Amino acid sequence: MAEVDETRRRMIFRTLQGVTLTAVGGAFWAGFVHENAQAELVLRPPGALPEDEFLATCIRCGLCVNDCPYDTLKLGAYGDNVPVGTPFFEPRKVPCYLCEDIPCAAACPTGALDLLSLTDEEGELDVSKSRMGVAVVDYNNCIASRGLRCDACVRACPYIGDAIFVDTRRNPRTGKHAMLVPVVDADYCTGCGLCEHACVTEEPTIIVLPREVALGKAGEHYDLPSPDFTPEVPENEI
Amino acid sequence: MEPSKPKKREALSTDRRSLLKAAAASAAAAAAGLSVAQGAAKEAEKDWRWDKAVCRFCGTGCGVMVATKNDRIVAVKGDPLAPVNRGLNCIKGYFLAKIMYGKDRLTRPLLRVNKKGEFDKKGEFKPVSWKKAFEVMASQFKKAYGELGPTGIAFYGSGQYTIQEGFAASKLIKAGFRSNNIDPNARHCMASAVAGFIQTFGIDEPAGCYDDIELTDSFVLWGSNMAENHPVLWARVVDRKLSEPDRVKVVVLSTYQHMNADMADTAIVFRPHTDLAIQNYILREILYNHPEAIDRDFVDKYTAYATGYVDIGYGMRSDPNHPKYSDAERETMQKELAKTVSEAEAKALSFLGLKPGDKLEMKHRKAAGAHWQIGFEDLKKALEPYTLDFVAELAKGDPDEPLESFKKKLQELAQIFIEQGRKVVSFWTMGFNQHTRGTWVNEQVYAIHLLLGKHAKPGSGAFSLTGQPSACGTAREVGTFAHRLPADMVVANPKHREISEKLWRVPKGTINPKVGANFVQIMRDLEDGKIKWAWVHVNNPWQNTANAGHWIKAAREMDNFIVVSEVYPGISTKVADLILPTAMIYEKWGAYGNSERRTQHWRQQVTPPGMAMPDIWQYMEFAKFFKLNEVWKEHKLPDGTVLPDVLEEAKAMGYDPEQTLFDVLFNHPEMRKFAWPDPIGEGFQNTEAAGDGRPIQDAEGKPFKGYGYFVHKALWEEYRQFGLGTGHDLADFDTYHRVRGLRWPVVDGKETPWRFNAKYDPFARKANPGGEFAFYGKAKKKIPKGTLTGPEAGTSVDLTNRAKIFFRPYMDPPEMPDDKYPFWLVTGRVLEHWHSGTMTMRVPELYRAVPEALVYMNPADAKKVGVKDGQFVWVESRRGKVKARASTRGRNRPPKGLIFVPWFDERVLINKVTNDQRCPISKQTDYKKAAVKVYPA
Amino acid sequence: MRSKLRFVYAHYRFLILRRALQLGILLLFFGANAWGWNLLAGDLSSSRILGKVPLADPLAVLQLLLAGGVLAGEVLVGALLVLIAYALIGRAFCAWVCPVNLITDLAEWTRKLLGFREPPLMYLNRKLRYVVLAMVLVLSLALSLPVFEFVSPISAAARGVAFGMGMGWALLLAIFLFDLFVVRHGYCGHICPLGAFYSLISRFRRVRVRHVKDNCTLCGLCFNACPEPHVLSLVGKHDGTVNIPECTNCFRCVEVCDDDALFVSLSGGWSK
Repeated sequence: MAEVDETRRRMIFRTLQGVTLTAVGGAFWAGFVHENAQAELVLRPPGALPEDEFLATCIRCGLCVNDCPYDTLKLGAYGDNVPVGTPFFEPRKVPCYLCEDIPCAAACPTGALDLLSLTDEEGELDVSKSRMGVAVVDYNNCIASRGLRCDACVRACPYIGDAIFVDTRRNPRTGKHAMLVPVVDADYCTGCGLCEHACVTEEPTIIVLPREVALGKAGEHYDLPSPDFTPEVPENEI
Repeated sequence: MEPSKPKKREALSTDRRSLLKAAAASAAAAAAGLSVAQGAAKEAEKDWRWDKAVCRFCGTGCGVMVATKNDRIVAVKGDPLAPVNRGLNCIKGYFLAKIMYGKDRLTRPLLRVNKKGEFDKKGEFKPVSWKKAFEVMASQFKKAYGELGPTGIAFYGSGQYTIQEGFAASKLIKAGFRSNNIDPNARHCMASAVAGFIQTFGIDEPAGCYDDIELTDSFVLWGSNMAENHPVLWARVVDRKLSEPDRVKVVVLSTYQHMNADMADTAIVFRPHTDLAIQNYILREILYNHPEAIDRDFVDKYTAYATGYVDIGYGMRSDPNHPKYSDAERETMQKELAKTVSEAEAKALSFLGLKPGDKLEMKHRKAAGAHWQIGFEDLKKALEPYTLDFVAELAKGDPDEPLESFKKKLQELAQIFIEQGRKVVSFWTMGFNQHTRGTWVNEQVYAIHLLLGKHAKPGSGAFSLTGQPSACGTAREVGTFAHRLPADMVVANPKHREISEKLWRVPKGTINPKVGANFVQIMRDLEDGKIKWAWVHVNNPWQNTANAGHWIKAAREMDNFIVVSEVYPGISTKVADLILPTAMIYEKWGAYGNSERRTQHWRQQVTPPGMAMPDIWQYMEFAKFFKLNEVWKEHKLPDGTVLPDVLEEAKAMGYDPEQTLFDVLFNHPEMRKFAWPDPIGEGFQNTEAAGDGRPIQDAEGKPFKGYGYFVHKALWEEYRQFGLGTGHDLADFDTYHRVRGLRWPVVDGKETPWRFNAKYDPFARKANPGGEFAFYGKAKKKIPKGTLTGPEAGTSVDLTNRAKIFFRPYMDPPEMPDDKYPFWLVTGRVLEHWHSGTMTMRVPELYRAVPEALVYMNPADAKKVGVKDGQFVWVESRRGKVKARASTRGRNRPPKGLIFVPWFDERVLINKVTNDQRCPISKQTDYKKAAVKVYPA
Repeated sequence: MRSKLRFVYAHYRFLILRRALQLGILLLFFGANAWGWNLLAGDLSSSRILGKVPLADPLAVLQLLLAGGVLAGEVLVGALLVLIAYALIGRAFCAWVCPVNLITDLAEWTRKLLGFREPPLMYLNRKLRYVVLAMVLVLSLALSLPVFEFVSPISAAARGVAFGMGMGWALLLAIFLFDLFVVRHGYCGHICPLGAFYSLISRFRRVRVRHVKDNCTLCGLCFNACPEPHVLSLVGKHDGTVNIPECTNCFRCVEVCDDDALFVSLSGGWSK
């Protein structure tokens, strides 16, 4: 009887040991994974699913990286502050050149890079539909907003005039030189980062941030007019 | 697929933009305020020395402030007191502090030598001493000079020379070597503008000034992407537009859509070369439909009608069967002698009775610039064919644009000129000047302005913008051209030669009366073995000259000796036999003259690196190798002209034939009167005057301790004597160091904003007392009378004080797209890079911004030839081919059938593809119209 | 010379083949990224042969599915192909493909070279790996993330070679040191959930090691060479095939046996 009890006691103890180890180990593991997946400033290739879906869909194979002709894409390695093994790019080093045939997305075996989202109504690929991020201008340090004639970012943009354009305004300090200041239209910006790459300041004063980081959201309790909205004014109104 | 998504572009409402702009505006306004708050000097800046200078780059001529510390430039800023730019710059200017400090700066003379260390054309570059460099250079010079005489050697000059450098070069070669083979890269850039000025006004350079921008109501940009190539001036144009958005109109004419066109009220995309037709449409519109718009009083008092020959060729080689050219090349080259009249030309040349298919022999190639007076009825008759229908059909550049929309734009353009009370400024640069009828288009724009009385008035005028920082100041005013002398004088005029000889203190008869070889001609003469020694300063001829393949071969394979004074390695140093390390902009004293006739001086700020020395020093040292009896003896020129022996006269002037050119031209007691030190230079160094502490050896191998006088001031004061009293008056040296530049003529210390206008220009008052205007230029004022078909022999009219209203017809360029070469090739520049990129490609930030030249093409064309954006293509003409990436979207958007390739990138040597076709009057190359094919690489 | 070759053939033929395959695969991955080779591109998570035939790590795919990823058909086909392959040839991935095997074998070799015979620093049950595998699946579901892919030294090694290692070398060094000093055959034999996964599907494999008891001299060389020695429980006891699922089919036992007591059997089915 005592022997049986001893065996059972040991079994219970061993089980508890195992459960504890598993729980503690699992907690640490989960903690690390959760932390590693929280890199908020990572820019993904064209057609990437929203970040949480992307992380659950990307198999970390690097086929997109292989097929990138500009060596733009890299796979996150430990120490990169990027969810490990997932593709990303740093525009200041190498921007996305927005290949018309989007080889990176075409190479994706899992659909983490969703080619369908980059296809227009006629079924043709349209890389301008990429939304990798959005360019944000630091007007405090942008040399154009001090009156210098730069707009290198504007000229670097493949969608010049849509995604970014020059705002002209008078320069009160000289009285005769307009300032030509870059303005980004987030609805058209692909986040390719050609602007950030071209920016001539020491640290770029236009940078691409993930859209969820850079863009805000108005409340749904108010039906905000879209930027394109023009109210119809009755002709007889004064 | 249409990746550029034009539909979206149109969909973008202005409302949408203004909303976004409003948001950005507050942010930027805050930023603009910020810098004021930061006004207090930072700790680090305390021991910086700030001094005024000029930007190294374009013809705008922005003033800058340069900060130095420990003999190094640590910062620059726009000069707040400079009227041109008021403390601002573009991004090239933003990086001025970095252009001198590229890692591969040339710091030692490099000579091609064999294993024994002797010069060998096929040898490798090895560092040599200055002494050795000069000795080899001089012995090679004497070989060529001895064999071929003064026409066997040449200098490539520059519109980026300082004024004193250009003057020293001109003096050395014209008064010393008695050669006129000096021609600047400004020949590629401004020659057509110059010819236009001389033919129309008899004197070079614009009537107006930049103040016109703030005073005008309308801007018409003809073939100028000012937004990129005169960035700060464009900011002024935009500011004017913003000041009265409804009143001010901006029209941009271009052969493709670019940044400038994007910002215009009306953007006209026209077919290359049809600017001639568009101008004639405007003239016809005035004469036929709006005669009331003609300023009769102005036209009657101050102008005359004129025209010239049309069968003048295209400035190509006159021997299409030249053995060094291929059959494909000859297809284009044979048009130099005769061409078949096209449908459009038949209509345009109907006043000569030509029909389609007729053969037009180029009989007046040698008299291309000849012209004669015609009557108003002649002009009217000649303009008859240029109806809206004809011109719109001919000139519409975008096949996708509806004809009606294009017609509407042409009408708008004409209306802007015609509208009474509307002030108009026309700006242009290379679109006009680089044109096989470049002089014509320049003349025609004056014709429009003159007819309407909208010229030489504040806010109204046709204003030729210069590309280079001193194309005006040096190349043109100093006259470093094959035919020119300082202050608009020419070598062919005996009086001008006499004046120059006197001021240069050289014997009468020294200066060669024969016009020398121009830029492209020097290349051709190298290829033909007629020139065997050449020296390059401040430019990159083997990258910047069209049809470069031939010239590279000529330099490397012919028996000749090429010296290149450079600051960085490039194509030209690669083909050189001797490379001389040269001081850059702020490593020497200097002066530039910008587009609006503003002369601006600066002091030497720092010591040149390594063994690099200023160009002036190089000229002066080289002059030491030549005794007067070697150069001032009798010379027989190839055409039979004899340059007389002037040694006796020299002796009479007190010179010894054993003296050197250095003694006579540069070390003259008159020059040595300008002492160094000078109060103007207090606290600043002067390498030429006093050395700079570096152990530099001079040409004789002795330590160089300076020439002991103020070389730059002496050269300036000598130079300015040429123009005094002629309307080219410049102030004295010291004045320019106290002001932010002055626009010549400077009379009694006062500058002249508008020339030819008696209200502003003392010379106009002098030339025409009591009159309102006087186009007092002296050149080409005595011309024959004639009709549209030719001059009447024996007639002569005096057009003193009158400008000419030229009629010039439309003609096709010599090379147009066909089945085999279906695309127009247009070349040009981008904001980020200067010319051949030697300086800006070494600024890491600018390199990163635009690292390579792209082939900008229409997406539909890309699809047709089977390439996608970013893929490599070959661009091939009858002359050569280059490989580059295609770009189908973004900053430059050509219409179908046209590609644009910038020329800054030596890895995309597009000038191997372009043709050395030129305006036969100005001898300026047309880089904007070659026929090419494009295919995937 | 000839006898030397014969000796090498007899004792190292499978080892050489395995190393060639392991390194060859890494080289192809590297070449695909660096020079655009097309033979085998990607990494061990997923790849393509000649740009056409997809391959995928079935455990990675399983994690993604549990994490809620809506996967494209291609990667599912790839996983199925790999799953079928290893179902047929057993847990050969670990011995023939996995780059971590190079590291753990190096640790084992170092251990023998230095004569380490000390008892392990801790005791780990070889069944632990199944617990780890269970944790992978549960955590993937719970966190909606493929949790093993964040820490897998296998991926880190293969990806590191092809696309850049970053700090991944530290993870690989840790495994080397763990195997060398802490637990013999520590990672592959006790912890790796991928090895566990392949063990689970290897039950019906067609390739096994066969033992002939009569030839066995009980010399023990096979036990010494085997990374999972418990699979050799039949050796010296009875004829038959090695049926315990953790066998990696590395065939070290076959080549070290000088007595013709162990063979590779392609005949398939297991026997007692």
